[in-house]
Amino acid sequence: MKPPPFEYYNPQSLDEALSHLAEHGYDAKILAGGQSLVPMLNFRLAQPAILVDLNNITDLAYIQNGDSGGVQIGAMTRHAQVERDPIVADRAPLIHETMPMIATTQIRSRGTFGGSIAHADPSAELVAISVALEGKFRLRSQSGEREVPAADFFLGMFTTQLEPEEILVETSFPTKPARTGWAIKEIARRPHDFALVGVATVVSLHADDRIQNSRIVFLSVGDGPVVAEKAAETLRDQSPSPELLRAAAETAAVEDIDPSNDIHASAEFRRHLAKVLTRQALETAIERAKG
Amino acid sequence: MKTSIGEPIKRNEDPRLLTGKALFVDDVNITGMLHAAFLRSDYAHARIKGIDTSAARERPGVVAVYTAEDMGEDWAPGPSNVAPPPAEEIIFHSRTQVPLAKGKVRYVGEPIAIVVAESRYIAEDAVEDIFVDLEMLDVVADLEAALDPETILVHDDLDSNLAAHMFQGKGDYEAAKASADLVISRRIDFDRGAAAAMENRGVIAHWEEKAQHLTVWDTTQAPIPIRNGLAARHGLPENQVRVIAPFIGGGFGPKILLHYPEEIMIPWVSIQLCKPIKWIEDRRENFLATTQERQQIHEAEMILSKEGKILGVSHTFLHDTGAYDPYGLTIPLNTESHATGGYDVPNYHSEVKVVFTNKMITTPVRGAGRPQGIFLVERLLDIAAKELGMDPVEIRKLNFIPPEAFPYEREIIDQAFTPLILDSGNYQPVMDKAVETIGYHQFISEEQPRLRAEGKHIGIGIIPFVETTGVGPYEGARINVDPSGVINVATGVGTQGQGHFTSFAQIVAEQLGVDVSDVNLITGDSAEFHWGTGTFASRGAVVAANAIHASSKIVRDKVLKLASKILEAPEEELELEGGFVRVADIPRLSISLGDLALEANPLRGTVEPGMEPGLEATAYFGPQYGAAAFGVHAMIIEVDPETMMIDIKRYVVAEDCGRILNPLILEGQIHGGVAMGIGNAYYEQLIYDENAQLLNASLADYLVPTACEIPHIEIEHLETRSPLNPLGTKGVGEAGTIPVPALYAQAIENAFPDHDFEILEMPLSPNKLFEILYKKEVGR
Repeated sequence: MKPPPFEYYNPQSLDEALSHLAEHGYDAKILAGGQSLVPMLNFRLAQPAILVDLNNITDLAYIQNGDSGGVQIGAMTRHAQVERDPIVADRAPLIHETMPMIATTQIRSRGTFGGSIAHADPSAELVAISVALEGKFRLRSQSGEREVPAADFFLGMFTTQLEPEEILVETSFPTKPARTGWAIKEIARRPHDFALVGVATVVSLHADDRIQNSRIVFLSVGDGPVVAEKAAETLRDQSPSPELLRAAAETAAVEDIDPSNDIHASAEFRRHLAKVLTRQALETAIERAKG
Repeated sequence: MKTSIGEPIKRNEDPRLLTGKALFVDDVNITGMLHAAFLRSDYAHARIKGIDTSAARERPGVVAVYTAEDMGEDWAPGPSNVAPPPAEEIIFHSRTQVPLAKGKVRYVGEPIAIVVAESRYIAEDAVEDIFVDLEMLDVVADLEAALDPETILVHDDLDSNLAAHMFQGKGDYEAAKASADLVISRRIDFDRGAAAAMENRGVIAHWEEKAQHLTVWDTTQAPIPIRNGLAARHGLPENQVRVIAPFIGGGFGPKILLHYPEEIMIPWVSIQLCKPIKWIEDRRENFLATTQERQQIHEAEMILSKEGKILGVSHTFLHDTGAYDPYGLTIPLNTESHATGGYDVPNYHSEVKVVFTNKMITTPVRGAGRPQGIFLVERLLDIAAKELGMDPVEIRKLNFIPPEAFPYEREIIDQAFTPLILDSGNYQPVMDKAVETIGYHQFISEEQPRLRAEGKHIGIGIIPFVETTGVGPYEGARINVDPSGVINVATGVGTQGQGHFTSFAQIVAEQLGVDVSDVNLITGDSAEFHWGTGTFASRGAVVAANAIHASSKIVRDKVLKLASKILEAPEEELELEGGFVRVADIPRLSISLGDLALEANPLRGTVEPGMEPGLEATAYFGPQYGAAAFGVHAMIIEVDPETMMIDIKRYVVAEDCGRILNPLILEGQIHGGVAMGIGNAYYEQLIYDENAQLLNASLADYLVPTACEIPHIEIEHLETRSPLNPLGTKGVGEAGTIPVPALYAQAIENAFPDHDFEILEMPLSPNKLFEILYKKEVGR
């Protein structure tokens, strides 16, 4: 379990990092916190010729108020910092609630917010919640910058819109609208394991408590974050009742997702858990939306 | 005599361990040392048509590459560790592991070639340069299908994949069955798990050509037999080979296998190249190439009277030995020894078929066949209790071996190859203690109905178990008083975290009147002490401890004799305390042990005939047969019927392992054992596909319970001393692990009183619980 040889660059600025990527393209891989990449190197599952280490680019690690009430998180911000940040807790409570679910304390001390998103593991909580929260990602290369909505960013397992010469530099999350609640529920064998199934929900209510809009996003049931569109449609403009939520959860589990078997859970068990967790998440989110 | 045995003394070794100052194998670095990596088979069964190592040899930094062919005459399979037991009509085909695969590969991970290079990095790069031409063969992955006559053979020279076949029995089971009121028959399945020690294996060998001396640092539980085996293999006198087993980060059984391929290859390569060679196993190799355990399939039966008295137990079972069977029948013998638990069972019958498969070798892993035996008898008893409408605690009480029946003869052969005799015990008080501590009756009658009414599924389990421990043949120890006053103790057993540096020191401290911290223990270094067998079968606190006890008594006698002469006082008036010998009523008439040691080793004058210089003694202890410990585990567990997640509310252990040397260390052993048992019951399963490929060969996918998954464990102690050794100790190393699978099954069933399902397989998982429970419509 030793990696094959690679060249290592340790740029001190974003521009320097971008120039390495511009030069080496597909041969280069970005090293952020290394919590996924380093094991993959040691297993020889990833064999990049060049590593570009972003850990000395300290100006990519920040949390700040976003425009009109949202929050902006620099890509190299460590999970642990996000977990403890008061702005995040206030303006993006779903992120705040999610952070302790990510792996272990040790991994959260080193792993980065942007690294997890750019890695695009379908089991990653941040992938699912960034879609549920309608986050946006700022990608930069030597030739310029573009902003991509989270919903468009993830293309499949470990695959995103990032071009080889691009770096994810910032994530931003909009203001939480009024009368909006959130929840994330997941089941993992041990608390730090990848979830067998997880679901993040954001629900907005009309003034009369009918559901105005809902987003239900799963992790660990597909090649990427899976948005339960049919289930959300059944909730639109309806008054939340136990029967309604139960039926929506059933729709999500049966129609919106197509989980697979693996050594930890059968597809059948994953559907079952998806149903249970969706109902629980919707209940919690609606409670919170009511305030 | 001031007592030290039984005191809760903090561990002598912990400051070294906790501050990173303890020597582990990987800490050894020698100038000029080279690093080895193995090319291992990616396939479970294939014929080797050719191996091309030329590209690997050409890679810069590579020093040598060897295949089986390159070893020439030196290629030979490893030794058999355990011969077949002296049972009647036994069939046993010995096929032992090979240093490098020759002709064909028989499991994923089997070494095919070794690369030696300037660094492990280069060695691993070069491993990828080797091309092996393989002809794929069908794979023996399924334990039951393995014995089908149509199935391909793991060993081409045998008639079938049967490795061994053995019957054992007591009484007349069939006759008893004819008159039984109740017959319970079930199929029971156990799957494989890993030991997953924190430290992987490692071997460093240093052949010094001019001294003609081989030194090996090895993560072995059996340094002396490894030394003896290496000497024999290389035609060297034993004193030209030194094996050191330094601190080891967990043994748990797999590190007892005598001569893993790597333990043969690394010394051999060192001798070929006259260079020190290091190989440290990585976690992936540990999953593929370190021995495993537990897979068995039983057709089990219990016969009872209508009053609930067990009339007999019978089981026919398959035991998976993997690709080779170096460890003989130890595991199935243990299963048989425990398949009647702590019960008075007049009739017993067993038939075992040990089966070769294309998987890693199985050898004992903490518990070593016992958890399967206890699971079998306790599950059948639970089912019988339900059938008879009896309380699970009452049916057990009715069947325990009564205290007056000890020593109790099982009339079958156990792992020590002697007839199994349970030496001593008093089981009901241990059960009573567990029942009382967990509040069994109150929980059943009050709490559980209330919680059930609240919609909660909370169950209670209570499982007794025996543990045969402390088998022979022997261990020894040499003790001397150093002129500094420190007491040096050397023993041949290795240490893997058990607290030997403290519990053994307590025995010495008590005899010689010194502080425990003044006892300097050396374990597992053949240059210090070269007799012994190793750390296994929960025997350290029985066999090695009694050897240390015996030699410290001799040293005490020598101390008294010499001090009597110097202090001019009769021996009866002398006492040993605080590192001094003194005349009891006249404290100023005293001499320190260090000064006495100097007096015992004079530079002039003479050592009188019949005397020996120094204050030193070597003694051995070999038990007549093993000591049987007993315990009861009890648990209250909540199961979420929607998510299948579990939450252990309480965990109680009542333990009788004879005389307690150190309760802190004892409790630590139980904590670790329970944690391992929880892994066995609910988290840890090695999952192989139909091609015998291991699908979870990493700690990301093979789930070892962490501190988060282990509940607070409440422990109660009782003492029934073994009459078979002077200290009265029994072993406890495996105790914590043994009853846990049976306990999980019982408690989870109990959490669903309205549902009629049975848990007859291990390990469990949320997914398995879902399959078992949802077929019964729970929670809908």
